[in-house]
Amino acid sequence: MTTRREFLVLAAASVGAAGTAQAQLDPNLAAQRKAAFEAAIRRVVGDAPVRPGKVKLDVPPLIDNGNSVPLSVAVESPMTAADHVKAIHVFTEKNPQPNVVSVQLGPRAGRARLATRIRLADTGNVIAIAQMSDGSFWSDSAEVVVTLSACLEEGLI
Amino acid sequence: MVNAIVNVPAQAKRGEVIEIRTLARHVMETGFRRTQLGELIPRDILTSFVCTYNGTEIFRAELYPAIAANPLLTFTTVATETGTIAFRWTGDKGFSVTETATITVT
Repeated sequence: MTTRREFLVLAAASVGAAGTAQAQLDPNLAAQRKAAFEAAIRRVVGDAPVRPGKVKLDVPPLIDNGNSVPLSVAVESPMTAADHVKAIHVFTEKNPQPNVVSVQLGPRAGRARLATRIRLADTGNVIAIAQMSDGSFWSDSAEVVVTLSACLEEGLI
Repeated sequence: MVNAIVNVPAQAKRGEVIEIRTLARHVMETGFRRTQLGELIPRDILTSFVCTYNGTEIFRAELYPAIAANPLLTFTTVATETGTIAFRWTGDKGFSVTETATITVT
C-alpha cells in the first residue's frame, strides 16, 4: 500500500524523470535506429552483397510479450570442410541496439541450426544473415508484431 | 542453486548429429531500463558463450542485450569421439560459469 507521502514523492520524481526523458527523445529516433541497423549489418558483411535465400528464420508473426521471443535459424548447407556455414548473425530493426546474437560454427556442427530466445522492443523486422565458407552472405527476414514491448521506456517511438 | 543446465545425450553413434541445449541463469539486464526514479539501470549481461569438445572449440556465440533473460542456446554438433563437452559463459562484472557433460560415442 502506497502512503500519500510516498505517492507525492514518486509523482514528483516521475514528472522530473519524464521531463528529462522527453528532452533526450530525439524526433529522428526511428531514422537513427534504421541507420544503426544498417550500419551494424555493414560492419558484419562489409561491401559484400547479401542475397535472400538458403536461410530459414523461424519466429512467430505475433508476439504477446517482447521480453521472450522464441527464434530459430536454419541454414541449408552440407556442412563439409569445403562448404559450410561460418557464422550466423541476427539483427532487429527497432531495438535500441540492432545486434541480437552472432554465432560462429564450422563443419563440426553437422547442421547449421540455432535456437534461442530474444527480446523485441517494437513491431518491426528481424533479419538473420549467414556467412558461408566461400565468403557469400545469405539472409532471411521476418516481420514481427509485438503487443507488449521489452524495455518499454526506450521502445516507444 | 544451479547456474547453468546443459542437455547433451549420454550416448551417441559415431558421426551422428546431436543436439545440445544450454540454459544459463542470468538476469541479462539490458542497460536501457530505468528505475521508478528515472535512473538508468547499468548493463549486466552475458557477453560470450563458448563450447569445446575434448578441447576443440566447436561453437561460439556473442550475446547482446537483446537476448532474453536466462539465455537459452540450442545448437548441433557431430559426435566424433568419447569425451567431455565443456561450456563456458562469460559476462559483465566478471561473471563466469562453466559446465561440463560427458558423452560416450560408440
